[in-house]
Amino acid sequence: MGIFSGYSGLRVIAEGLTGNKGWKPVWRDPAPKDSYDAIIIGGGGHGLATAFYLAKNHGMTNIAVLEKGYLGSGNIGRNTTIVRANYFLPGNSEFYSHSLKLWEGLEAELNYNVMHSQRGIINLFHSDGQRDAAARRGNAMVNQGDDAVLLDRPRLRRMLPYLDFDNARFPVMGGLYHARGGTARHDAVAWGYARGADMRGVDLIQNCEVTGIDIHAGRVTGVQTTRGPIRAGKVGMVTAGRSGQTAAMAGMRLPVESHVLQAFVTEGLKPAIDHVVTFGMGHFYISQSDKGGLVFGGDIDMYASYAQRGNLPAVEHVMEAGMALMPMIGRARVLRSWGGIMDMTPDGSPIIDKTPIEGLFVDCGWNYGGFKAVPASGWCMAHLMATGESHEVARRFRLNRFETGHLLDEEGTGSQHNLH
Amino acid sequence: MRITCPHCGERDRREFYYSGAEDYLHRPGEGAEPAAWDAYLHLRDNPAGVTRDLWHHSLGCGAWLVVTRNTVTHAVLGVETVEKEQDQ
Repeated sequence: MGIFSGYSGLRVIAEGLTGNKGWKPVWRDPAPKDSYDAIIIGGGGHGLATAFYLAKNHGMTNIAVLEKGYLGSGNIGRNTTIVRANYFLPGNSEFYSHSLKLWEGLEAELNYNVMHSQRGIINLFHSDGQRDAAARRGNAMVNQGDDAVLLDRPRLRRMLPYLDFDNARFPVMGGLYHARGGTARHDAVAWGYARGADMRGVDLIQNCEVTGIDIHAGRVTGVQTTRGPIRAGKVGMVTAGRSGQTAAMAGMRLPVESHVLQAFVTEGLKPAIDHVVTFGMGHFYISQSDKGGLVFGGDIDMYASYAQRGNLPAVEHVMEAGMALMPMIGRARVLRSWGGIMDMTPDGSPIIDKTPIEGLFVDCGWNYGGFKAVPASGWCMAHLMATGESHEVARRFRLNRFETGHLLDEEGTGSQHNLH
Repeated sequence: MRITCPHCGERDRREFYYSGAEDYLHRPGEGAEPAAWDAYLHLRDNPAGVTRDLWHHSLGCGAWLVVTRNTVTHAVLGVETVEKEQDQ
């Protein structure tokens, strides 16, 4: 990739000196062909990453991504951008560890600035029991090969002096510090993967809604779309909050209920919050974007929804939790709030698996944690679609684990739809 | 969102606890196959549009309710007690 085809500082200077006439559209806008080797339904983060790794790792370039709107128009553009590998359970731990390693090489891999910022994540604790749980989780993270440091109160106070340490209900006793965690520029992740896939020959087809999945004798043979039928022997459903509707076209019901999760951003402020801080007891987490806005959120609204906007009780709850934890943000004005549709599974963990229909694969159930998973989800879904076998780090993300009892209940709250 | 409880009238969403899709009303009988329990506990139609789900008026009269709602608009289309639903 030379100075004049890829992205680099030199290219920016060269283009600046020559009137910026050399910039070209970042991907093609092809019409769908009659047939592909594989089709991915859904042009969000996970779908685009799947396409990229199918092309790059497995040499499958006669493939298409079908997106009903524009690329990256779903949750990849609506999340709070947190990247971390602080999971506890075998099955989750190795997967998110793999994902974080991919994040760390992503900008070089894609030649695209995704603004990955490893500013560190601190999960606060407020009781002896929570400290024990944090220590145990930290040990699991270290055993996985990732990083974790248990911060006592004096050390935490030096790092986050602005917390209300002596809160009457939830006094802050310390935190679990995951230094390699952080944030990234969410849209850029979609654009970077889209560009990388397009450069390798993948057709990214926008405004192309899948309206039917063709199945003959238990095998998938293609899809019906608003731009005509397309044949393919392999089809991957990567449609996040809309997974239920996609699977219904194949006559399947999924262990997924879609819920709305809200997020908020304030006016731009000078740098104040240097890390990602989570306040689990209050359902609140926060970081500060590079533009200066405080980006924060809490729990889902707790009822099935496709509205992409939430209700006021959740807004009030998040604001209260924020004020309880860090009263200094009380004067900041909220600029925007929005909702994204989360594909919630009963145990809170995702699914990357074959379906009972041959050639039809599913990648869904990301709950409210899909963003950090984008690289490894794409990596593992591509491996599954290319080889027919689950990738080693995603082998427990089975579609039938609820029936067999092999749950991945990271929160330890049980396997029921309204508990995560 | 406000839900009209058949006993208490129109009340704030915060008075209600959401339990999940009405599938929970159709508990399999003794000796049912694992697949039937899986469908009951986990598999969902998850419609984008009209759905029926269970709510508990936990900060009100304590009734269990079947609420017919639109998941895209959040409009509440009808509310009935579980008791009455099961009598029909």
